[in-house]
Amino acid sequence: MSDRVKIAVRGLKKSFGSKVVLDGVDFDLHEGESLVIIGGSGSGKSVTVKCVLGLMEPDAGSILIDGVEATRLAGAERLGLMHKFGMLFQGAALFDSLPVWENVAFGLIQGKGMNRARARDIAIQKLGAVGLGPEVGMLSPAELSGGMQKRVALARAIAAEPEIIVFDEPTTGLDPIMADVINDLIIKCVKDLGASAISITHDMVSTRKIANRVAMIYKGRIIWSDIAQRIDHSGNQFVDQFIHGRADGPIQMEIRAL
Amino acid sequence: MLDFLASIGRIFILFLQATGRLTLFAVTGISHCFRPPFYPRLIGRQLVDMGYYSLPVVGLTAIFTGMVLALQTHTGFAIGAETAVATVVVVSFTRELGPVIAGLMVAGRIGAATAAEIGTMRVTEQIDALSTLSTNPFKYLVVPRLIAGTIALPLLVFVADIIGMFGGFLVATYTLDYNPRGFIGQMWDTLSTDDVVSGLIKSAVFGFIVALMGCYNGYHSKGGAQGVGSATTYAVVSAAIMILVSDYVLTALFFSS
Repeated sequence: MSDRVKIAVRGLKKSFGSKVVLDGVDFDLHEGESLVIIGGSGSGKSVTVKCVLGLMEPDAGSILIDGVEATRLAGAERLGLMHKFGMLFQGAALFDSLPVWENVAFGLIQGKGMNRARARDIAIQKLGAVGLGPEVGMLSPAELSGGMQKRVALARAIAAEPEIIVFDEPTTGLDPIMADVINDLIIKCVKDLGASAISITHDMVSTRKIANRVAMIYKGRIIWSDIAQRIDHSGNQFVDQFIHGRADGPIQMEIRAL
Repeated sequence: MLDFLASIGRIFILFLQATGRLTLFAVTGISHCFRPPFYPRLIGRQLVDMGYYSLPVVGLTAIFTGMVLALQTHTGFAIGAETAVATVVVVSFTRELGPVIAGLMVAGRIGAATAAEIGTMRVTEQIDALSTLSTNPFKYLVVPRLIAGTIALPLLVFVADIIGMFGGFLVATYTLDYNPRGFIGQMWDTLSTDDVVSGLIKSAVFGFIVALMGCYNGYHSKGGAQGVGSATTYAVVSAAIMILVSDYVLTALFFSS
């Protein structure tokens, strides 16, 4: 991990109608760092990374990616910037009209203009890197289990060897063993590529395993951020309540009485 | 009274907003049709889906419509029915029935499928995934369908015209006992290049409308399975209405003079 900042987010704001989702989010992602953003459902984790990826337009704030202001980019410039990114979606988001190998090779063929034969070889190689054999490449995404779909999505995220990888709830919906397999693969892939990573999750086992640094988001703001080893001694009652999964504490879930 | 007027005003403003969004979507789609990157493989796949696989349903509809048209015209014209049947079948099919029937059938088949496919991609984040893989989802998903729809429907209508006229011929010669040679001769004399071309131009517009409404509703769908279902319904209904409205406008444009 170096001191060079890959992504600097300052004062990020986003509202949907009267609902304020992001209320001035600030954080830095350093080169080679694995940052995990934790927070409850509806706290603004997904919206934060969608703004970073340009999938949503923030209402205010700045997102500097390698020193370039990303909020002002559009069209070809935005697509060009996306070459730096790989993304693992929560539901895998595999293209069900394409076979597995073409899903993995998609960014190489469509994004980088690589010929199909070469892209296919790389796709098979990346499938191997996430523990899937070449025969899986010919299957349709619908024929795979949830864990295999996540692995294929991980292979797709790393296929173009991105500088920054974003993981959206990488272990959600998986059994504990498969979740651990995915965590190990994330650590291996990020290390092998020398990439920086942002993960959003509320899985504390996963957080403890993959994070160099942890940031907690609550009501649209980063309320605590530090190296992962200090999470158990944060001195922040919001963090304490969240990591121990207690119903009592300063975080009150919006539950309607029956 | 004021509340009533206010609600009418709100509905009108919502209508204008929706029209504006659709117009912007269509203009963006058309502008992307002329700018690289192009996806010939995807256009080809859509041409096969929209054109080739729609042939059975369009052909079946066309042949029965031609047969019914011949029967109805025969019962309506007591004198000179043989000439009238041939003329009505040819003119009706080339100018109106071919494009409208094919347009409506394709709206049902392709408009719904397009909205469902793109809508599902939207709610399962596949469209976001395209963006993260440096691919413009608009160019990849919408443009090939717009191009394919505009090309495929005129081809379908050309075939539907022939099949529909053949249906009329079958009824005229086998059921109504007309002279086949005379009937074909009358059809040939009535057939006009202007009628055929105007029908094909109409059908290109209808094909664009079907693809546009499928893509627009699918692209903006939200809220899971229910949202995709609504998008599918809107795509078919709005495409059918727009086909009938634009049919009137184009007919007035081509034949008013």
